[in-house]
Amino acid sequence: MKLAPTQKHEVSHVAEVSPAVQFLSIDGEFAPNEAAEEYLPYLQELDEADHRRFYTDMAVTRRFDEECTNLQRQGQMGLWPPSHGQEAAQVGSARAARAQDVIFPSYREHAVALVRGVDIVDIVKVMRGVSMGGWDATDPANGNFRNYCLVIGSQTLHATGYATGVRFDGAYATGNAESDIAVMAYFGDGATSQGDVSEAFVFSASGQNPQVFFLQNNHWAISVPVTTQSRTPLYLRAQGFGIPSVQIDGNDVLASYAASRKHLDDARAGGGPQLIEALTYRIGAHTTSDDPTRYQTPEQLAYWVARDPIIRFETYLRSQGADDAFFDEVHTQAEDFSADLRRRTLELGAPPLSTIFDNAYSEAHPVIDEQKAWLQAYESSLAEGA
Amino acid sequence: MVAATEELPLAKALNAGLRAALAADDRVLLMGEDIGTLGGVFRVTEGLQAEFGTNRVIDTPLAESGIVGSAIGLAMRGYRPVCEIQFDGFIYPAFDQITSQLAKFTARTAGAVPMPVVIRVPYGGHIGAVEHHQESPEAYFAHTAGLRVVSPSTPNDGYWMIQEAIASNDPVMFFEPKSRYWPKGPVDFALSAAPLHSTRVVRTGTDVTVIGHGAMVANLLQAAQVAADEGISIEVLDLRSLSPVDYGPILRSVEKTGRLVVCQEATGFASVGSEIAATVAERAFYSLESPVLRVSGFDTPYPASKIESFYLPDADRVLEAVDRALAF
Repeated sequence: MKLAPTQKHEVSHVAEVSPAVQFLSIDGEFAPNEAAEEYLPYLQELDEADHRRFYTDMAVTRRFDEECTNLQRQGQMGLWPPSHGQEAAQVGSARAARAQDVIFPSYREHAVALVRGVDIVDIVKVMRGVSMGGWDATDPANGNFRNYCLVIGSQTLHATGYATGVRFDGAYATGNAESDIAVMAYFGDGATSQGDVSEAFVFSASGQNPQVFFLQNNHWAISVPVTTQSRTPLYLRAQGFGIPSVQIDGNDVLASYAASRKHLDDARAGGGPQLIEALTYRIGAHTTSDDPTRYQTPEQLAYWVARDPIIRFETYLRSQGADDAFFDEVHTQAEDFSADLRRRTLELGAPPLSTIFDNAYSEAHPVIDEQKAWLQAYESSLAEGA
Repeated sequence: MVAATEELPLAKALNAGLRAALAADDRVLLMGEDIGTLGGVFRVTEGLQAEFGTNRVIDTPLAESGIVGSAIGLAMRGYRPVCEIQFDGFIYPAFDQITSQLAKFTARTAGAVPMPVVIRVPYGGHIGAVEHHQESPEAYFAHTAGLRVVSPSTPNDGYWMIQEAIASNDPVMFFEPKSRYWPKGPVDFALSAAPLHSTRVVRTGTDVTVIGHGAMVANLLQAAQVAADEGISIEVLDLRSLSPVDYGPILRSVEKTGRLVVCQEATGFASVGSEIAATVAERAFYSLESPVLRVSGFDTPYPASKIESFYLPDADRVLEAVDRALAF
């Protein structure tokens, strides 16, 4: 994969980097490069139905993500961090994770949430201000998808601690890929500058934890380009921590699937932590509070729009026999999904005031009890006065 | 067979409490810097790794945020981690994980993900240490909703409070007064101490109430003894729990004496002592014969250790305030 024009210029001193793993050319042709060869066996596990599921996941995510941006613009949400452009990186890796795997997202992994079974309205609840965490990560229906984490990079340490616990429990490397657990942490290029991410690498490598660090390099930390974060390709940084790593074309869903499948299975088998850097691009804003036209050139945008992960995969599927009827069906499914999400978003009211207090602590706390009672009495007195 | 009561220093009493917790629940883990082979720089964890293994008593890499952040992940996995921060002044690299993550997880997850994590922090001065090794940062954590903050002043409290903290399903900041690690005191292994979040009356008196926590309690008792020789009766309270504060015994004492002096090593501005003074003024206003007075470290960076005794409030500084309270 070629680097984007700006990045190529900025990191020309590391031009010797081997090419990122890629199966699908930007024109949607199945043409694995040399780096992809060792990952080919993992694609053989997939059949046509899997491919179509990947496409559907991506298309549905693209559509509801757009709907959520619209909802925010219409005043129905405080904030929305769009995932537009990153669908292949997210869907491929999420589909590669096994049911027992535990996922620690940052806050833009909407496609991963969808794949793992989280009700997307639960993400909306967080962004609309009706819930702090949204979904119950301990409910098996949510696919071990932990709650979003808004402080950049913090979740990589939580993933590392969780994986340490998996290691202490002996819940990996038994030889049973259907029950051995691997832990996956998602984070971005900006997060790699945070101390917590480096500490997560250190702790994980030290303990040889069963975990994969999945780095979505979307080239921007709000307005600051990845070249400000690092003068070396980010996947190489992991190797300095003793963590094997690979760079993939993150807009190629097959590359994301195969690399994640391999490295999750390597980690679950006792191979220690692994890192995948998925080169992708945030087509939209950082969040709805942001204006990317201030820092992103039209040429950069055009370069990456031409590498759109969904169009690329559609071209591939059509070459494999998928017809208009399939794509029409997916389109309808995505529209229905988004209409339902909009309807349920508009029905979300404010949470009860008791939630201010109810889970501040797990155990009884006199100050909390007193303040909760005070607010109830105060609100009642206002109601009586009216 | 352990005798029912034994004379132990605080460090060894904590060691015994940690051993009991490790033995009682195999989900309890100790993690920190140099706590394994070395037994911790204050030897509080001495012998525990040999007894329970390297997966129960973990020498971590040297990174405080990593210690607390990974303890959070371990708690999600069902463990009950007890982190040691080697010295008070080294806790700040973990501040974000403590205040933004550990303290908020229970609320963020609507109670689905409790955080039974204890963070042990040797704190305070009096030991002639260099910078960052003599601080009293407890107010930062008492100010943070979602945390519980306690500090034992005696070996007996150390033995029992550490076990109660580990048994709690909430995160507990456990501040250990390092200057009190070595003096011996009785530990009653049979009869548990007062509940974790309770203020304790350690000496009764009628003229003035003085309250403090950790190493300050020894100063307060010394001051009370000196005052008694001069005919002044001081009631001494050991705060023990900095968050939540158990106000019942404090208010009852102030209703009796009419005077309160709040003492702490920490800087006074926006401190735990300030909060207690304000609350007592609100709730016991008509019982007060004089303003609530505070005795604190100065609002400066901690000074060079050769002059730390002029920075740290000692029994004389407590008595100076007692005299001012009585002069009203």
